[in-house]
Amino acid sequence: MSILYVLIPLGLVLVAAAAWAFFWAVGNGQFDDLETPGWSVLIDEDKTGEEDAEEEEHERP
Amino acid sequence: MTAATQCFHCDEAIPAGVDISVRLGGESRPVCCAGCKAAAEFIRDAGLSDYYRFRDAPAPRPEALPDDAWVTYDRPEIQARLVATTGAHSSINLLLEGVRCSACTWLIERRLERVAGVVDVAVNPATGRGRVEWQAGEARLSTLLRTIQGLGYRPHVLGVTDTLEVAVRERRQALKRLFIAGLGMMQVLMFAVAMYAGAFEGMDPFLRRFLRLVSMIVATPVLVYSGRPFLEGAWRNLRARQLGMDVPVAIALVLAYGASTLNTFLGRGEVYFDSVTMFVFLLLLGRFAEMSARHQAGSTSDALLRLQPVSATRLRGSTSERVPVADLAVGDRVLVPAGETFPVDGLLAEGRSTADESLLTGESAPVEKQAGDSVIGGSVNVGQPVRMTVTAVGHDTVLAAVVRLLERAQTERPGIARLADRWASWFVALVLLAAAVVAGAWLVVDPPGAFEATLAVLVVTCPCALSLATPTAITASTAALARGGLLITRADALEALAQATRVVVDKTGTLTVGHPEVVGCERLGTVAPGQCLAIAAALEQSSAHPIARAFRTVPGPLPHASGVSVHPWRGVEGRVDGRPTRIGRRDFVAEICPTRELPDAGLYLGREGEWLAAIGITDPLQPGAVQAVRRLAELGLPTEIASGDHPAAVAAVAAATGVARHHSRLAPEDKVELVRRLEHQGESVVMIGDGVNDAPVLAAANVSIAMGAGASLAQTSADAVLMGQDLRAVPGAIEVARRTVAVIRQNLAWAAAYNLAALPLAAFGLIPPWAAAIGMSASSLLVVANALRLRFRPPPDRLRVDAPPATALA
Repeated sequence: MSILYVLIPLGLVLVAAAAWAFFWAVGNGQFDDLETPGWSVLIDEDKTGEEDAEEEEHERP
Repeated sequence: MTAATQCFHCDEAIPAGVDISVRLGGESRPVCCAGCKAAAEFIRDAGLSDYYRFRDAPAPRPEALPDDAWVTYDRPEIQARLVATTGAHSSINLLLEGVRCSACTWLIERRLERVAGVVDVAVNPATGRGRVEWQAGEARLSTLLRTIQGLGYRPHVLGVTDTLEVAVRERRQALKRLFIAGLGMMQVLMFAVAMYAGAFEGMDPFLRRFLRLVSMIVATPVLVYSGRPFLEGAWRNLRARQLGMDVPVAIALVLAYGASTLNTFLGRGEVYFDSVTMFVFLLLLGRFAEMSARHQAGSTSDALLRLQPVSATRLRGSTSERVPVADLAVGDRVLVPAGETFPVDGLLAEGRSTADESLLTGESAPVEKQAGDSVIGGSVNVGQPVRMTVTAVGHDTVLAAVVRLLERAQTERPGIARLADRWASWFVALVLLAAAVVAGAWLVVDPPGAFEATLAVLVVTCPCALSLATPTAITASTAALARGGLLITRADALEALAQATRVVVDKTGTLTVGHPEVVGCERLGTVAPGQCLAIAAALEQSSAHPIARAFRTVPGPLPHASGVSVHPWRGVEGRVDGRPTRIGRRDFVAEICPTRELPDAGLYLGREGEWLAAIGITDPLQPGAVQAVRRLAELGLPTEIASGDHPAAVAAVAAATGVARHHSRLAPEDKVELVRRLEHQGESVVMIGDGVNDAPVLAAANVSIAMGAGASLAQTSADAVLMGQDLRAVPGAIEVARRTVAVIRQNLAWAAAYNLAALPLAAFGLIPPWAAAIGMSASSLLVVANALRLRFRPPPDRLRVDAPPATALA
């Protein structure tokens, strides 16, 4: 069972890595909005900045 | 007093290579950063240098927030946008970061009340929002904000900071804490299972010590990082000499962790790292759920606040310029392109369009607007580009009033919540006492079991559920009602609505639209109907009676009317084309006309010796009025009409809506008398009326609902405001209110029953600490989840086809 003395510290290292990864993800805003990104793949009408600008021009008489 | 290597202001070590100092009391004092320098200079310049002589703890290091950050809020141009002033009192709404429980509320309220000039402080722990009221000129806003900061909370003045950003930060922090606690709990439980198995199967003592040590290593960040809110909360409570629910939690955590650590190093006894991590994780889970509910409720008013655009197109002569909305003044002309939001309140000057006011009124259908109509800032121009003239900006706008009312309701704590708080405080004292008694008894009878039993008592009886029971329910249902178009402005209103037994409504403007219309003109003599209407319009021109408004739409040119006199309740008399002419009730006109058979109508027009026309006038019923009355009756609330109008008109509306009891020709005092009499008979009265004209009777009723019409909103004192015109929101609100009160009762009953049942079990050592942690947290989660059910209210029944508006004789 002496392998445990290696595996458990190794496990702790993995846990620490997972914690670090999660902190990075949270800090990166990955968990701020859990709904919109799921929908965004379904919205296929990507507008470029130029098109948006054009539309704004039209709106202003 | 301060060593030269330490910052004079915050007492932290000065990093190598930093050489900043501040002149104070004729001496040069070293500080660690520019923030501290600014803060120290601010204190010095304010003549408060004595602070450094008398302080007994170093100042909080002003990292992102130098102390003078708040001074900006004292500038009048900033205050104009943030501070509401009514009479001699100023008030402000705050979002307080770090407020987590009733004890925080208590601490902030007590501390602020000691500031000279402060009149009233209300902080709601469920929403994290607070409202401070002070004598204008007596206290400075910056002082208040700095005081709050000094307590360890971060105040945000609503309207200046993007509240969304605050919520995001709070959520991220909570997620991280929750994750660390969850991950740690899983690891520790895994080791705990191994150790339990080892206890039966036999385990190498060295391996067991190793597993304990590893458990300790994992549990430490869980306690220190994830459990920090509880430890800090308890510390704050103790310093304020107050018993909050964090106190027993923190005592239990520290005791369990301390004993386990000691046993780990001494290699004896039991360890409780599994209970510690589980307790922290489950507590955090409950708080996370409550925080999510709070953010969602807050998002209603945040959404309203964000409705207002940042800039607008102002027209100056023939030129237009883009200016910040804050720069707009009353009287400015603004261009609103299609699809854009009306920046402030105003009158449509040119063009016709439709406006989407759904976020303000809950009414989904766009409203037709034409020149002269008023538009509300925050509604969306969905039709054509239009020009508007600004009539209100900043705090005077309808939007600002709505947000203020919503926030007043969210920060006020209803009586039942205050009661629960007082109980919770007593309860904590009781828990600590019980824990001490249990510990003493076990030490006498069976010393080895004392520790576990005491721990279980502390954990299992944490009154978190008791404290969360009410605010969560109120928050959830207020938000749901606001989405449906009914704005609760006082926290006690929900309770009162739930207990209501009778509804009294005003007629004009409440059951009916309030704008009479001409619906027909039957010719009785030689004059054509069109000309008859012109004569009628000429006579009514100078009358202030609501009926006169019906004739404003009659196209000109109008004949000249002279010697016009108004006979109250009867009609109007004058000379048109030189002949005496009368318009009004049948008997009034009949005095100058020959007797004859007449059709049934609301108004008659005649001149000396000749009947001219019978004019049909109607004041259409509000949409949904009939259904609302019927639904109220189904809920067991009979409706009565109290109107100042004459009997025939009231009776007609009563018949059309199915109201059995109606009172007519009531002066405002009579209405108050009527409500008082009903209340004297033991009825609990809901009064629905026009916010301004019916103010006295609204104030007299147990609970009042005002029809939210534009400008009057700002001055309303009603308990609730109906934002749309749809009366069906009223029975809907009564149902929600009843459910809310039922949920609160369930929650309180559950929390009390659970604690009472668990306490003796724990005291007799029948509950191990880990089971206590699960039980207590499950109880809190259950209470929060139960309250959140109120959010999932079916939307108000607006899709049903309206009955055709019944015609009412006016």
